Amino acid sequence: MMDDKVVIAKRVALELEDGTLVNLGIGLPTTVPKYLPAGIEVYFQSENGIIGMAANPEEGMENLALTDAGGGFVAAIPGACSLDSSLSFGLIRGGHLALTVLGGMQVDEQGLLANWMIPGKMVPGMGGAMDIVNGAKRVIVAMTHTAKGKSKILKKCTLPLTSARRVSLVVTDLAVIEPTDEGLVLREVAPGVTVEQVIAATEAKLIVPDVVPVMPISEEEVVAA
Amino acid sequence: MKKSISCADAVEMIPDGASIMLGGFMGVGSPHRLIDELVKQNKRDLTVYCNDAGRPGFGLAKLIATKQVKKLYATHIGLNPECQRQMVSGEMEVELIPQGTFAEQIRAGGYGLGGILTATGIGTVVEEGKQKVEVDGKAYLLEKPLRADFALIRAYRADYRGNLEYMLTARNFNQVMAMAADKVIAEPHIIVPVGVIPPDSVGTPFVCVHHIVERGQFFDYDGR
Repeated sequence: MMDDKVVIAKRVALELEDGTLVNLGIGLPTTVPKYLPAGIEVYFQSENGIIGMAANPEEGMENLALTDAGGGFVAAIPGACSLDSSLSFGLIRGGHLALTVLGGMQVDEQGLLANWMIPGKMVPGMGGAMDIVNGAKRVIVAMTHTAKGKSKILKKCTLPLTSARRVSLVVTDLAVIEPTDEGLVLREVAPGVTVEQVIAATEAKLIVPDVVPVMPISEEEVVAA
Repeated sequence: MKKSISCADAVEMIPDGASIMLGGFMGVGSPHRLIDELVKQNKRDLTVYCNDAGRPGFGLAKLIATKQVKKLYATHIGLNPECQRQMVSGEMEVELIPQGTFAEQIRAGGYGLGGILTATGIGTVVEEGKQKVEVDGKAYLLEKPLRADFALIRAYRADYRGNLEYMLTARNFNQVMAMAADKVIAEPHIIVPVGVIPPDSVGTPFVCVHHIVERGQFFDYDGR
């Protein structure tokens, strides 16, 4: 059995389109590049001010002024460019960002996302999440299907919303779900998971087509970066 | 030519209760020597505009730990537990703003605009109390301009005249903030003769910069 988070990252990786600008949220989304299909080249934006962010620099080669949105050291690809915060979010709001992949706390039947605070408990601030969910051409939520045994895909979000905009796709360790005008459509199930299991783990109503394929991901370990 | 100023003299100009734009993103591109000096001189009741609260012991977190900040405008404070604690206990007032909106509010403040219209925040708690404006059938929030008494800016290089050049992700909010304050104090990594920074590489033109903090003791000080 593959690790839940590997299933999610591998499936999300199939959504990345060659030659496009992509923004990854912190946590699980940052593992997606590991599973990019061969021949696909995308450009990663980090909203703190760079297009062309690359994975960790060699130890000892870090630049104090080359970091990701969490302040961690990163490298850059040839042709990378730096941006001030205004330009960085201009790209995001202005329709120049093809895709964002970000984590979620809850998604509801309308496809609305809550991922930035738990009132009274955790108030980290929205950072760039509201602009990114509003502005990216496609928004993919990558999250575990349940938390502590409870469904994170609800009839209605109970946490404060990140945006009034419907997200494009939800990828979990159990399923791929597409929010539509009619509701949440079950598009795929994870390897070894049945449609019934997905329905049982989902509070929201799911629209189940006649055929629900298995996620087209390989169970092989990924070795190359 | 612009005379350099010592870090201590620069901070002495800042009175208790002042409002300050502070460049930096998770402490990267923050004016760390000026922050240390604000702590040393114990300037109090500050209103601070900064992307984030840093992480404990680094960046703006140093000023929060000593309770020198009365009100904070920021986009993210999640990596600073003390900041969250002071917010919840009411010791410090915190206004959380979407990051893109924050950048544009500051830009509006510095560019002489009466505010900006953005769809970010529509349908969320961010829209509470704000005016909605419809343009060609689409709803936007009117977000007002932000300005402060001082902007404390971290640059890569400054020339003797005060032109500033930034480096990679240390640029972040510094560039817009350098436009949006009455007094702009730049803390460059290095100071170079006029002409060393090519005109096309100038991120902030010298006319915006009032003071350049003189060279530091350590070539590579980043607040750690």
